Amino acid sequence: MIGNDLLGIEDLPREDIETILATAERMQEIGTREVKKVPTLRGRTIINLFFEPSTRTLSSFEIAGKRLSADVVNFSVSNSSVSKAESILDTAKTLDAMDPDCVIVRHGVAGVPKRIADVLDAPVINAGDGYHEHPTQALLDLLTVHQEKGRIDGLTVAIIGDILHSRVARSNIYGFTKMGAEVRVAGPPTMLPSNVEALGVKAYTSLREVLEGADVVMALRIQTERLEGAFFPSIREYSATFGLDRAKLRYAKDDAIVMHPGPVNRGVELSHDLADHRPSVILDQVRNGVALRMAVLYLLSGRPSRAKAKDAEG
Amino acid sequence: MPILEQAPPESRVLADSVPPPAEQGVRVILDDAGIRRSITRIAHEILERNDDAESLYLVAIPNGGVPLARLLVENLKQIGGRDIPLGILDTTLYRDDLVIRGERPRLRETEMPSSVDEKLVILVDDVVSTGRTIRAAMDALMDFGRPRGVQVVSLVDRGHRELPIKIDYVGKNIPTRADEKVRLRGQGAGDDPLEVVLMTHADEAVGGPAEAGWGERR
Repeated sequence: MIGNDLLGIEDLPREDIETILATAERMQEIGTREVKKVPTLRGRTIINLFFEPSTRTLSSFEIAGKRLSADVVNFSVSNSSVSKAESILDTAKTLDAMDPDCVIVRHGVAGVPKRIADVLDAPVINAGDGYHEHPTQALLDLLTVHQEKGRIDGLTVAIIGDILHSRVARSNIYGFTKMGAEVRVAGPPTMLPSNVEALGVKAYTSLREVLEGADVVMALRIQTERLEGAFFPSIREYSATFGLDRAKLRYAKDDAIVMHPGPVNRGVELSHDLADHRPSVILDQVRNGVALRMAVLYLLSGRPSRAKAKDAEG
Repeated sequence: MPILEQAPPESRVLADSVPPPAEQGVRVILDDAGIRRSITRIAHEILERNDDAESLYLVAIPNGGVPLARLLVENLKQIGGRDIPLGILDTTLYRDDLVIRGERPRLRETEMPSSVDEKLVILVDDVVSTGRTIRAAMDALMDFGRPRGVQVVSLVDRGHRELPIKIDYVGKNIPTRADEKVRLRGQGAGDDPLEVVLMTHADEAVGGPAEAGWGERR
């Protein structure tokens, strides 16, 4: 049985990952029904507390909650400056007083979901914190790969792009290595963390080398809106060196799949053609995201609260 | 295990002829042959009661209902000469005790091949007691359409009803104490015979038919 919160993949045991994925595989069936709703979380309240703009992750969590019949409330707080850490906790405590059964937090600063979890009674799910982790994205990527390949153990996964600023990369590195895959990363040297190999991955600066023998190719979004300073000379140069198209994909295994956490900068990370068609599985990732988040909400929300659990122990 | 593998053939024959030690507090109350007889009788009863066999639709409640429903489909085909559609419906997400229990039970398979609109649905479960699973199954069923009618098959009715649920076809009534457990074991295929056991010292380790774990392709 998984713990109270889902804050990251780094501290999530492999068996918990397997429980979540097995549950998500069952949840997928609900999305194929005519009535896409089960009464499981009826009368439960889920709060989406987003300090960063988000469309995809927010709506994915919202749909997941609604398919389980929970009442979902979205709080989007645009101001996310670090200096207001105090007021973040105040906001969280205020929400907690409304007795939610689960709080989903996204924040631009690493560690905020953890800080909020420390003061809240309700379980907290990290929906992305700074450059730290984005656990549900990694889990839905694992689900998608398992669905495509029938296994994760023994696969070779190449993650390409801005590894340094990517919480998706970090969570996926933890997730795929835990599940027995070989993970490689590649990107401009300025975008590879200097100690990245300490995470158990191999780092490359050549697209051709990183693709050699890869079963899964994951392109990361170049987050032009977040990058301050020059990490590469130009978008065009990035695209020529690390952008994927069908010709370059030939270096990977014949049956390699292409993934992207979205939204795709078309013509930068992926060619138009690759963004829209097999072997890219980008829309499957989105679809699986709902089932995966249903699984996490089912496993975490509305269980007897932390405080009660502590009482029971004492 | 290695010890058994290294044993000479004679001693293995000897080992086979010695009955396995009885499991503590576990009593077989229906064996494979008895279960098959009950299911055959129930198949006759279903066809006797429902003269429009073309609208029948069997829905198994996992895990125990699945091997029984497969047997029923075989019997109905033999007796009535017709293939009856078979769905599998997990009731876990419709349970009424998820909040109280806290822990979250593992989800099981749901696979409904078509809508149940205008069908005469026969729910198949292994053991009915409180009636809460059947209640949950009926709620779940309504999410797949509007059946013309719903009837219930249970191999064992062990009493202790808490809801007004009627079982239309019962394999065997087995009076039990509330703290005992009744389980269907086996898959009924190959050398994995079905049996119903009564556990007087309820031990969770002795569960129902094994579930496919994650990573195994279904």
